[in-house]
Amino acid sequence: MSFVADYYNYWVVVFLMMTGFYVVISANNLVKKIVGLNIFQTSVFMLYISMGKVTNGSAPIVAEGIEQYSNPLPHVLILTAIVVGVATTAVGLSLIVRIKRAYGTVEENEFQDKDDVI
Amino acid sequence: MSLLFDIVLLSMLALTALRIIFLKDLFAVVMLFGIYSFLSALIFVNLDAVDVAFTEAAVGAGISTVLMLSTLALTGRTEEKSSHSSFLPLIVVVTTGAALIYGTLDMPPFGQADNPIHQHVAPRYIEQSPQEVGLPNMVTSVLASYRGFDTLGETVVVFAAAVGVLSLLGVRRKEREDQESGLKAHRVLRVVAKLIIPLIILFALYVQFHGDFGPGGGFQAGVITAAAFILYALVFGLPQAFKVVSPRFTEILAPLGVLIYAGVGITSVLKGGNFLDYNVLAADPVAGQHLGILVIELGVGITVFAVMLSIFYAFASQTEKANIQ
Repeated sequence: MSFVADYYNYWVVVFLMMTGFYVVISANNLVKKIVGLNIFQTSVFMLYISMGKVTNGSAPIVAEGIEQYSNPLPHVLILTAIVVGVATTAVGLSLIVRIKRAYGTVEENEFQDKDDVI
Repeated sequence: MSLLFDIVLLSMLALTALRIIFLKDLFAVVMLFGIYSFLSALIFVNLDAVDVAFTEAAVGAGISTVLMLSTLALTGRTEEKSSHSSFLPLIVVVTTGAALIYGTLDMPPFGQADNPIHQHVAPRYIEQSPQEVGLPNMVTSVLASYRGFDTLGETVVVFAAAVGVLSLLGVRRKEREDQESGLKAHRVLRVVAKLIIPLIILFALYVQFHGDFGPGGGFQAGVITAAAFILYALVFGLPQAFKVVSPRFTEILAPLGVLIYAGVGITSVLKGGNFLDYNVLAADPVAGQHLGILVIELGVGITVFAVMLSIFYAFASQTEKANIQ
C-alpha cells in the first residue's frame, strides 16, 4: 500500500498526460484538440504541485505553530503558468475561429481535403 | 485523511478526463472540462498549493470555459466521426505511457521532506523570506521579489497573447443598438447579476491587496475582476458592456500594467540597485520590498484584467457578428 501511495500521484499524472495526448492526436475536431492540450497541460501542473508537497506540511504562508511548510517554488511556477496557459489557449481558439471562417469547418480531415482542391 | 482525499479526487479527475475522450457533444466536453478544472483546484488545495488553486478555479473553470463556449457558438457543437482509425494513436499513447510509468519508479517517493526538490533554494525561501521580504505569504515573496524578473516575462507573454488574439479577431466596436444582445429579458439573472457584480469586484480588490498576507495576488485579482465584467457583458449585452469598459480602454490598460511593472525595475536601477531590486526603493529594505511588491502586483493585476477582458470582447463580438448573419 505504501508503494502505491508513494507513486499514485505520478501515475495519475501520466494517465492524464496520455489522455490529453490521445485526444490531441486522435480527435478531428480542433476545439477538442485544444481541450486535449489543456488536459495535458494540467497534468504537468499536477506533477509540479505533487513534487512540492511535503507530508504533514502546511501551505507556505507563515503562521505560528507551523514548522513544516510545503515547497513554495513549484507553486509560483505553476500559478503564472496557468494564467499564461489560458492566454495561449485563447490564441489557439482565435486561430480556430479564423480557420472556420476561411474553410467553413473545424474538422481536421475536411479542411485538409479543401486545401488539396485549392 | 489527506492521502485519502488525494486518492479519491485524483481518481475522479482521471475518470473525467477519460469521459472527455469518448464524448462527441462538444458542449458537454467543455462543461466536463470546467468540472475537471474545479477538481484540479480541489486537489491543489489538498496539496497545500492554495494560491495555485485560487488561480485554477478562476481561470480554468471561469475564463477558459467562457472562451471555449464562445468558440463553440461559432464552430458548431458536435464533433464529426473520426476518419482515421484510433488504433495507431492508442499504441503510441500506451507505449509512451508505459515508458513514463517506468520512469516514475525512479522518482523520489511522494511527500518525503528530504526529497531533492526541497534541498536547494526552497529552504532559503522558507526560512529567510519572512525576514528579507517581510511578507507571510512565501508564494508572493518568491513570485514578486526573488523571481520578479521571471514574472515580468510572464506578464509580457500574457500581453503578447492579447496582441495575438486582437490581431487575429479584432473587436467590432460599433454594435447596432436594436440588435438583441445579452439576457436582458431574464429578470432573475438581471437582479442577481446586479447584486453580485459589486461583491465580485470588492472580493477581487481584497485578493489584490491582501495577496501579500494570504493567498492571492495580481494574477488572481485580475482574472476575478475580468470575470465580473464578463458576467456583466453576458447578462446586459455587449453594447452595454462597451459603454462601461470600452475595448479601447482595455487596450490602453494592458500595456500600462506591463509598463508599471517594468517602471519599478527601471526606478530601482536609477536608485542604484539592480533591475527589480526593491531594497533601494525606500530607506528601509523591508519597506522597499513592500512598496515594490505592491506596485508590481498592481501592474500584474491591471494587465491580466485588461488582457482577459479584451480577449473576451474579441470572441464575444465575433459571436454577435455571426448571429446577425
